[in-house]
Amino acid sequence: MSAAATTIAHEVPPQAGPRAFLHRLRQGDEIAHLITLTFAALILLLTSMLVYELWRNSHLSRSAFGWAFFWTKVWDPNFDNFGAAPFIYGTLVTSAVALVLAVPLGLASAIFLSELAPRNISDVISFLIDLLAAVPSVIYGLLGIFIVVPLMRTTLGSLLINTVGNLPYVGALFRGPNYGVGFLTAGIVLAIMVVPFIISVSREVLLTVPREQREAAMALGATRWESTWQVVVPWARTGIMGSVFLALARALGETMAVTMVIGNAAAIKASLLAPGDTIASTIANQFTEATGDLYLSSLIELGLVLFLITFILNGLARILIVATERGGGRPA
Amino acid sequence: MSSPRIIWRKSLNFVMLTLTGVAAFAVVSVLFLILGYLIWNGGTSLSWNFFTQLPKPVGETGGGMANAIVGSLKLLFLAAVMGLPVGLLAGVYLAEFGGKTFSFIVRYTTDLLNGVPSIVIGIFAYSLVVLPVKHFSALAGGVALGIMVIPITVRSTEEFLRAVPGNMREAAMALGASKWKTIATVVLPAASGGILTGMLLALARVAGETAPLLFTAFGNRFWSHGWGQPIASLPVMIYTYAVAPYDDWHRQAWAAGLVLLALVLLSNLGARFILARSKAV
Repeated sequence: MSAAATTIAHEVPPQAGPRAFLHRLRQGDEIAHLITLTFAALILLLTSMLVYELWRNSHLSRSAFGWAFFWTKVWDPNFDNFGAAPFIYGTLVTSAVALVLAVPLGLASAIFLSELAPRNISDVISFLIDLLAAVPSVIYGLLGIFIVVPLMRTTLGSLLINTVGNLPYVGALFRGPNYGVGFLTAGIVLAIMVVPFIISVSREVLLTVPREQREAAMALGATRWESTWQVVVPWARTGIMGSVFLALARALGETMAVTMVIGNAAAIKASLLAPGDTIASTIANQFTEATGDLYLSSLIELGLVLFLITFILNGLARILIVATERGGGRPA
Repeated sequence: MSSPRIIWRKSLNFVMLTLTGVAAFAVVSVLFLILGYLIWNGGTSLSWNFFTQLPKPVGETGGGMANAIVGSLKLLFLAAVMGLPVGLLAGVYLAEFGGKTFSFIVRYTTDLLNGVPSIVIGIFAYSLVVLPVKHFSALAGGVALGIMVIPITVRSTEEFLRAVPGNMREAAMALGASKWKTIATVVLPAASGGILTGMLLALARVAGETAPLLFTAFGNRFWSHGWGQPIASLPVMIYTYAVAPYDDWHRQAWAAGLVLLALVLLSNLGARFILARSKAV
């Protein structure tokens, strides 16, 4: 019926009466459609402009260094020689440290909150943890400078050097001078920042696993842990993966907290206790001080690299989630 | 009766479940210890002067961050004016008008924009606003924050509009309302609580952003007049004061941290409160 009315209105635009009123209203629909469409398109425009501006303003640096930018280990503003390798290394290492610390802790806490804790206690704790996820990163940086850095310098650092530092292979990560600031400190602060994300998302996902799954596993004689680890967690693995990617994306792009505790040195060192720099912290530290055009352009190219890393990560996360969903059944 | 295998499985069960409990306890206590430390340090450093005075010159103790508090509010105002309408209308498009392919692209791009590190947004706003006029300004900072507000608002608006039952739309249209009238008078009011929550959360998130302001709004130790001058903001002040070598500045940084945290957490709580109330009605 409404389809018929539409055709009539379009064929003969009525001059007066209720029909004309309807017609004008329908025109209003078109206008509303167009306005909202414009704003949706504005998002596309903004994002493409973002990529374009990064590309255009990094032109000097791209033509001067080419692909070598990615593996040049020198960052020397005095001689206009710039390479991103130390910062890419720093970004990957700090994020890896953060995930190694945060994923097991976060997942274990999420399991506790969803499987063991009484529902109302679990809800209260999750509410508080959700609030923690909203704490601004500069505040984590503040806490990092005044709590984690002194802790590393006075006790934790030397403790690690004297114990793990003596082991073969792994030991190389914990040798050398201990300044308090460095990759490990940045990784710890990042871990504290991303743990709320992992707990919050993983718990939500674990809670959606049907009760029957747990009961079936228990009925087959599984212990509580076996039913959790072999049935519930595999069922929820897509969502858990999602939470890990969310955490990784946040860790890679995190600027302030890292800048405040990493020590700011453009160097690739085997030791996690050594000071370093990430892509984001370098931009934050040097952007306003960049004097030469090539210097500024290199910093903007660093921004482009960071953008591409997060872009690829987003794509990977999507592919992964689609693949797990298509992989047929949720059980492993 | 109990074979070694059973004993092993039972002890594994006990050990692992205990470990998850220990992990949860450790995480929660660490998180709250550090927040407690912030509240303690901030609370003892906070004074009335903090809210009413300008920063003192280097070397003099005392002074406050009145200009940074006002600056943060001004930047948030700009972000809200620029970001919220775009986010709202694009969200309406996705939920009510969108076709298939174009909507998919917009949604994907929105997620992408949401995932762009804030420092990169800062570079974008820098090249968009600062480079042409060759000086830092409140406007540039507002643009950076406004861009960050958009994706969060889009997704929450779309989500809450979709949650409005389809039969409400059908009822309005059956009464003769056109589509936009249905949206404006029935669907949007029904989802208003949720949409408002999303907007408040978006603003709360950018209120604490530091990285995109470093080289757009820059900072200012005095009052900033109008929108074209560099402007101070609480997050940037926390950063500069925390990395500086003066004890008095550290105390001020703690105080500013507490004020910022209170601002962010209160707006989060407020947003949840609005959502809970609108659900109850």
